[in-house]
Amino acid sequence: MTYIPKPAVRHPGLGANELGLHLRDYEGTISTLCAGCGHDSVTAAIIQAFYELSIPPHRIAKMSGIGCSAKTPAYFVDQAHGFNGVHGRMPALATGANAANKDLYYIGISGDGDSLSIGLGQFCHAIRRNVNMLYVLENNGVYGLTKGQFSASADVGSRSKRGVPNKSEPIDPVALALTLGATFVARGFSGDKQQLLPLLKAGLMHKGFAFLDVISPCVTFNDHVGSTKSYLYTRHHGHELVPVDFVPIRSEISASYKHGGRTSITMHDGSMVRFRKVPEDYDPTDRLSAYEHYRSLQNRGEVVTGLLYLDPGGEDMHDDNATTSTPLAEMAYEDLCPGSEQMDALMEEFR
Amino acid sequence: MQPTDVGNPDYYHKVVDCQWGCPAHTNVPEYIRLIANGRYTDSYWLNRSSNVFPGILGRTCDRPCEPACRRTRVDGKPVAICRLKRVAADLRDPTDDRLPEIPVVKNGKHIALVGCGPASLTVCNDLMPLGYQCTIFEALPRSGGLMRTNIPAFRLPVAVLEEEIDMILDMGVEIHYNTRIDSMKELLEEGYDAIFVGTGAPKGKELNIPGRQAAADNIHIGIEWLEAVHFGHVDSIGERVLVIGVGNTAMDCCRTSKRLGGTDIKVMARKSRPYFKASPWELEDAEEELVEIVENYSPKRFVLEDGRLVGMEFELVSWHKDEESGRLKAKVHGTEILPCDDVILAIGQDNAFPWIERDIGIEFNHWDMPEVDRTTFMTTREGIFVGGDAAWGPENIIWAVEHGHQAAISIHNYCQGLSLTDDRPPQDHNLISAKMGMHEWAYSNDYNPSPRQKMKHVELVRRFEELSIEVEMGFDPEQTAHEVERCLNCDIQTHFEAKLCIECDACIDICPVHCLTITVNGDEEDLRTRLMAPAENLTQDLMVSEGLPQTGRVMVKDEDLCVHCGLCAERCPTAAWDMRKFELMIPYAGQEAACPTHV
Repeated sequence: MTYIPKPAVRHPGLGANELGLHLRDYEGTISTLCAGCGHDSVTAAIIQAFYELSIPPHRIAKMSGIGCSAKTPAYFVDQAHGFNGVHGRMPALATGANAANKDLYYIGISGDGDSLSIGLGQFCHAIRRNVNMLYVLENNGVYGLTKGQFSASADVGSRSKRGVPNKSEPIDPVALALTLGATFVARGFSGDKQQLLPLLKAGLMHKGFAFLDVISPCVTFNDHVGSTKSYLYTRHHGHELVPVDFVPIRSEISASYKHGGRTSITMHDGSMVRFRKVPEDYDPTDRLSAYEHYRSLQNRGEVVTGLLYLDPGGEDMHDDNATTSTPLAEMAYEDLCPGSEQMDALMEEFR
Repeated sequence: MQPTDVGNPDYYHKVVDCQWGCPAHTNVPEYIRLIANGRYTDSYWLNRSSNVFPGILGRTCDRPCEPACRRTRVDGKPVAICRLKRVAADLRDPTDDRLPEIPVVKNGKHIALVGCGPASLTVCNDLMPLGYQCTIFEALPRSGGLMRTNIPAFRLPVAVLEEEIDMILDMGVEIHYNTRIDSMKELLEEGYDAIFVGTGAPKGKELNIPGRQAAADNIHIGIEWLEAVHFGHVDSIGERVLVIGVGNTAMDCCRTSKRLGGTDIKVMARKSRPYFKASPWELEDAEEELVEIVENYSPKRFVLEDGRLVGMEFELVSWHKDEESGRLKAKVHGTEILPCDDVILAIGQDNAFPWIERDIGIEFNHWDMPEVDRTTFMTTREGIFVGGDAAWGPENIIWAVEHGHQAAISIHNYCQGLSLTDDRPPQDHNLISAKMGMHEWAYSNDYNPSPRQKMKHVELVRRFEELSIEVEMGFDPEQTAHEVERCLNCDIQTHFEAKLCIECDACIDICPVHCLTITVNGDEEDLRTRLMAPAENLTQDLMVSEGLPQTGRVMVKDEDLCVHCGLCAERCPTAAWDMRKFELMIPYAGQEAACPTHV
């Protein structure tokens, strides 16, 4: 953590986005996490993603529960809406908020403790409901706030800072999301923003539940030799499945994307995800193929990263429930609450 | 790119833009911090160690440091470095006890110095403590050279001038006033061990256009006129005055005229404002005194009536670039006669060496200037040195001081039988961590958004009452407190140890001006296009690390806009980044490079 606020100066050579906002306009308060925390890099990438997508800060809702990861929404887009809730209950909050106002961009930030231990049930049901949100899981394999005990995502054999190996099988959030029907499943690494940034952008623009697991090393309790979630281990065992580019609708004509030989998937709004050099036995739009491919690489001891599965169908919770086209939050009171006479009439129908 | 060699004193020195820009390499950030801590005497003394005349320069310096100041690139206005220098000089305690001891037993070497300006005085300042005997010959009845005669008292009070000159003369310098040296040959015959020529550029340029001779009574050469005013030989001028030329001397002339009875003063410029030679702040000060600055008027002739000057005719011109030569060419649109009572010519100064015989081994070049070595300041005749404006034409006080320091090193080496080049002591540097605790640094690292403080001036009516009323009032304590915090502490360097880096990106994410990037190495041109923010200022270096341990990529820092907030070092989990105080060690005559003893 740092005591002085980040100086209010910016590089004059860095321009504004389509809204006339600068990168630094998407920042939040200064981080109070440990120096070198992977989460801060994820935060920086999120700031960059919102800036590049020119999303107005007041159209963003950032949700979190409890943990180091849950602190991070304070560190980006301080003019956005936000809710910091009970441990593991962020999915319920996000679901409720989304039900009331489906027009906001929802980003939930969670951690391996928040999502895979106390909030595992919540996490699973948010996937099932296909809530339209980007769910970021900052995954470091330890409980950083309570001094580095193993979390549910710690690999078997990974050693704690004291040298004790973990014996419990990990819960793999990526495999879980794939099997539970998430419509967008990806994994990034906080130490590789080049890869993380397009994943975040694609996840934000995806309609439906976008899950992004980010290996985000705990520099204080889990960055030592013997850890399987350290900067060094992730760099040495990282396997980027398929490098992807996110192509927003407006940039379609940009020459830099005009290369052949790639698989492009058009999203619901016309924006595009491009996969470079997809292997032959793998189809990112086929859940079974993605799962098999993921598992086989994982069995070889590789930390698989990249966009693993994408269903561009563009349906979400609201489509499934045939809700109104106007968000509930924007409806007039009379429409939301037709009054006791209407209620009585309705009740009469069931008598 | 090759990894940056930060062991070379020049690399970090260059990051301290002000110090690099100062000819005498004054340690600006350190003296500003001392002022911030209320240590005015220490600050003054640190200044004096390199620039010798802090009180004088704090009012009159040409300020090469300020256009260089990084703060300009951050918020548009440089730190008021010069004004802060004056704060230290004004608020200091007596410093007599800090002056070096002068040996009673001399070393037997006797140096003659011609002219008592800043260059000669600096030579004496450096040589007297080593036991040299110094004898100055000054043509005028007072010391100081152009510092005294050309800078009006309303900009530089005589007391300030004399105090700092006397600090040097009181070391036991022998000085002969009213003694113009007319022959170098004769001076040589007196057997001095070395001779230093610091005679300045004492000849004001002429404007030979029709009417010049006939109206001579009312046409004055700027620097001569200022000198006459200083010595009280001139105490009035006509009401309507035209000052020809738009350099700093012209500014002094017009403002002095205003105080001697002039009411309608015009400064006549041949070109337009972007080409003016005067410092912007001197132009501002003149205009504040309601002097009119007229652009694109080129002198044609003096207009006389009954043998008396009544006006001056000008050509009205516009300028365009000549395609072939690339030089500016004038186009005349007409003429105009402006009435006037007096004209002052301030169109430049020339050197003049009629007193140096051309057959004594001193070679003169085709500008009729003595050939002077740029490093040693020695002429082609051994033992004769030249510095200040006398060396290569008009510069300013701070350059004269630096010339003096360098000439003193040469004179010392020469007298001691050492090589003037090979035995010149090199610069060195010190690098000490500024870390005081988890989040605490030995400097104020927080960025202060205060705007540059504006100097308060004596009100217009009052300032014309007397020639010697100093116009600038100096910063008040509140202004000083704000201005010192504007300094970005560029000497507290961001020092990087590649082998400690784990590439977590923390420094890159926290940097407010996006000056850090981890990327694959390349040549400079290529790297400059691949950084977090455009690196288009080619005068500012890129610092490139060794290959990083985990991926072999490199850390690149664009020095251009770094505000030295230290957040990269605070957010670094492995202390790969550290903030380290850089101190340039400057050698002086007879001394190895050392840190100034201000603490």
